[in-house]
Amino acid sequence: MLGRTLREVSAALKQGQITPTELCQKCLSLIKKTKFLNAYITVSEEVALKQAEESEKRYKNGQSLGDLDGIPIAVKDNFSTSGIETTCASNMLKGYIPPYNATVVQKLLDQGALLMGKTNLDEFAMGSGSTDGVFGPVKNPWSYSKQYREKRKQNPHSKNEDSDWLITGGSSGGSAAAVSAFTCYAALGSDTGGSTRNPAAHCGLVGFKPSYGLVSRHGLIPLVNSMDVPGILTRCVDDAAIVLGALAGPDPRDSTTVHDPINKPFMLPSLADVSKLCIGIPKEYLVPELSSEVQSLWSKAADLFESEGAKVIEVSLPHTSYSIVCYHVLCTSEVASNMARFDGLQYGHRCDIDVSTEAMYAATRREGFNDVVRGRILSGNYFLLKENYENYFVKAQKVRRLIANDFVNVFNSGVDVLLTPTTLSEAVPYLEFIKEDNRTRSSQDDIFTQAVNMAGLPAVSIPVALSNQGLPIGLQFIGRAFCDQQLLTVAKWFEKQVMHVLCKKGEKEKHYKRKKITCHLTIHKSEGPVVSSHSMT
Amino acid sequence: MAAPMLRWGCRGRRWAFARVDGGSCHRRGAPTGSTSNRIRGQSSVAQQPLHTAQKPRKGEHKWAAVVGLEIHAQISSNSKLFSGSQVRFSAPPNSLVSFFDASLPGTLPVLNRRCVEAAVMTGLALNCHINKKSLFDRKHYFYADLPAGYQITQQRLPIAVNGSLIYGVCAGKKQSQVIPKMVRIKQIQLEQDSGKSLHDDLRSQTLIDLNRAEGQLRVDANISVHHPGEPLGVRTEVKNLNSIRFLAKAIDYEIQRQINELENGGEILNETRSFHQKLGCTMSMRDKEGKQDYRFMPEPNLPPLVLYDATSLPAGADPQQVINIDQIRETLPELPSVTREKLVQQYGMLLEHSFTLLNEVGLLEFFQNVIKETRAEPKKVTSWVLNTFLGYLKQQNLAVSESPVTPSALAELLDLLDSRTISSSAAKQVFKELWKREGKTPGQIVSEKQLELMQDQGALEQLCHSVMEAHPQVVMDVKKGNPRAVNKLIGLVRKATQSRADPVMIKEILEKKMSL
Repeated sequence: MLGRTLREVSAALKQGQITPTELCQKCLSLIKKTKFLNAYITVSEEVALKQAEESEKRYKNGQSLGDLDGIPIAVKDNFSTSGIETTCASNMLKGYIPPYNATVVQKLLDQGALLMGKTNLDEFAMGSGSTDGVFGPVKNPWSYSKQYREKRKQNPHSKNEDSDWLITGGSSGGSAAAVSAFTCYAALGSDTGGSTRNPAAHCGLVGFKPSYGLVSRHGLIPLVNSMDVPGILTRCVDDAAIVLGALAGPDPRDSTTVHDPINKPFMLPSLADVSKLCIGIPKEYLVPELSSEVQSLWSKAADLFESEGAKVIEVSLPHTSYSIVCYHVLCTSEVASNMARFDGLQYGHRCDIDVSTEAMYAATRREGFNDVVRGRILSGNYFLLKENYENYFVKAQKVRRLIANDFVNVFNSGVDVLLTPTTLSEAVPYLEFIKEDNRTRSSQDDIFTQAVNMAGLPAVSIPVALSNQGLPIGLQFIGRAFCDQQLLTVAKWFEKQVMHVLCKKGEKEKHYKRKKITCHLTIHKSEGPVVSSHSMT
Repeated sequence: MAAPMLRWGCRGRRWAFARVDGGSCHRRGAPTGSTSNRIRGQSSVAQQPLHTAQKPRKGEHKWAAVVGLEIHAQISSNSKLFSGSQVRFSAPPNSLVSFFDASLPGTLPVLNRRCVEAAVMTGLALNCHINKKSLFDRKHYFYADLPAGYQITQQRLPIAVNGSLIYGVCAGKKQSQVIPKMVRIKQIQLEQDSGKSLHDDLRSQTLIDLNRAEGQLRVDANISVHHPGEPLGVRTEVKNLNSIRFLAKAIDYEIQRQINELENGGEILNETRSFHQKLGCTMSMRDKEGKQDYRFMPEPNLPPLVLYDATSLPAGADPQQVINIDQIRETLPELPSVTREKLVQQYGMLLEHSFTLLNEVGLLEFFQNVIKETRAEPKKVTSWVLNTFLGYLKQQNLAVSESPVTPSALAELLDLLDSRTISSSAAKQVFKELWKREGKTPGQIVSEKQLELMQDQGALEQLCHSVMEAHPQVVMDVKKGNPRAVNKLIGLVRKATQSRADPVMIKEILEKKMSL
């Protein structure tokens, strides 16, 4: 039951195969068993059981609230939850219990979802590994999968098992680990530069970043207000659409949400024919650092579309290479501003020093924030100084516009959806990951995902295959702004195809040999079965 | 909002206003940050110098002062600029604080429609250009009563710019002549208020009230002096002036201080100063950290504020979602300058009388209601309203709305006077009676007190005759050509009638009888 998709377990609940309380208890039990993953910062057991009880009553009375009623979910610990500690994995907010629910949390609860807990992240979502939070790093459940373990055994260099564990990616690594380890059916992440899609790719999940303005940010503790969106982590595209259906829509508390009516609910048609689709392959995304495995899968995916009749063309997003540095300026500037409220006066951490208000601010912030956060605050304040503002912030904004226009131009040229890698490679072991600092890692890991946030576009990472190491690899689809439904429809078709095609290895090889190589991507042999449920050790 | 603030310059002072902002603040001793609690509208006036020097004294260089004002005024609204929590005067501390007001993590600003409308209306009233698109910015500084660490304001592109206001300055021997002046307004901006710090020096504590604003108006004055024709001098900013009297004193003091400083070979520092009310002088606030850099950046949580007019309004737009400048213009009440002009033209009133009528809340309406109901001449009405009526109000420190005399009662009284039913002194007596709130009409008072003028010609002639007979010596004096003697006779007759007779009528009868 725990390995099922949200839609499947929803059907099981409706048919009475399992009650919400039973389901909730199963999840709680697995959360305890997988505590070593460090996916959760807070497990809201009592709240979840109470919600399950109420859900059970509704089912008994035939008054189910819909697909999400009784479904265990988890929420990244940077969403405000009424009465439940919300820490952003920072000393600064340890012990902070918000008096209100983020709009997205409230919407899920209004649909009857069960809140299992608050998930781990990089401090204030600043990172790409989920390794830099005050509660310690999140471990990727795939570190303990049969496939990965077997491959590691064959490797003579692998030392003791426990040091080999992999990072989840981030910063929504806790949410990804929670869904991937079957402790819940969907989780909320946040996505500012790829923080939902990156861990989704590393943990073998669907990671969806909606269009900016489609889903309310009210109650999401901000990283970069102009790029943040709540993200959705699920096991399949249909599940993501169900959750999106519950979350999307204007919010009077968030003035950046869009009022134009969006088709609801997000029911995804099963696409039978892709011949009218045009898939764009951005040539700038073929970077030297891209692993050959990912590159190979990317090109196969392109071929798959072409073989099914879609038009696949190479496109150019010429300003892509400026994206990371531009992001650095804009992100740190907003961070410097957003973090100003954490002064120890009203909530969260306060130091013991009381000689003056200024001394108290300084010591509180020194103790409350980690090096990554403090570093970004310093950079951001530098960029915002009167003498630097034009040279850095204003320039970065102009570059951002160019990057956004790149996408506009491509979509105006007739491309429906862009197909790109999500990450450079599969997940790496923690010991490997921490050899580089947070800033280097963030700029490397976000290169395929981050420009999308600059442009406010919807994007989704879909698991495609397992690597030689037995680890999941994801590919990303990017859609037109507010064409989230179209994007997910294409992603759903693709998801079905990879299940179908990539599983039949022999056929597949033949299939690919027939195709002409597009976009200068080299085709390699397929590496393994598509993602399926993995067993925990 | 800002309008009442600008009507003060009436002592022949001739400075140019540079900037005028609206908004308010309760924080004293704040850092250089010009911040204010709660919602505020800002306006400002052009920075260009007007070469209008103070009158040079003998033997002095000619100095010109340039003054710019930043006026912070609270918008009259039910809820705050960016949150739904209420605005209420003298509410208990921190009782009107939303999660956003407390800057809880994850909360977002939502712009209050009423405040935008008020800002547009203010802009229109001050002849501003209304920007169809304006932007919000964050202004950063750390202070205990600024819980977000930044204030949302309109630095780059404010809602209204380039306005002007005509006001009057009293001049002449008795300050009775009004000279029209114009102040240029640089911009009006919507700005969030900070909280209020209450310093408890005894326990060395600072208490914060996040309710914000309490109707106070606050002005920061930027002042510099220079020789006309030369570049502008270095300016100082005198902060947190909360009355017009102190504003004038602070500016006077600061101009003289700067002139003295420069003439003695000193220099003016670009600094923030405060005004000491008891000593009547300005003092450097000695900001430890030197010049603040507010690190302005766009407020990412508020989209550009877009306003429409009749031509740009999108078809089928939801009236709840858009603000139409033309529609606000239609609801704009008649502006005081127009009203004054009308009063002067329509009633032949002196300009200064029109100022008085408009400066007292409700007085104009009272005046107009009296005019509507009485046959008396407008000049008579003006005189009674501004002298008698306003005099009684001032004496008892009452507002027009608290007056015991209604416009109808005064109108009736003036009718009685106009029809010569009563004399003017009797009218004063009736007014005094009316003020006692005994619920009597002027007519009732007149008949009860028998204050009617004697209209009976025969009876009056009889009386005159008796008085003449009783005072032959005075009659003789009249006949000898002593003009004051007639007045004495008139007085005697009036006395005999208990002041009820019209002196003009008495005079006519007496003169006829004495065949003058």
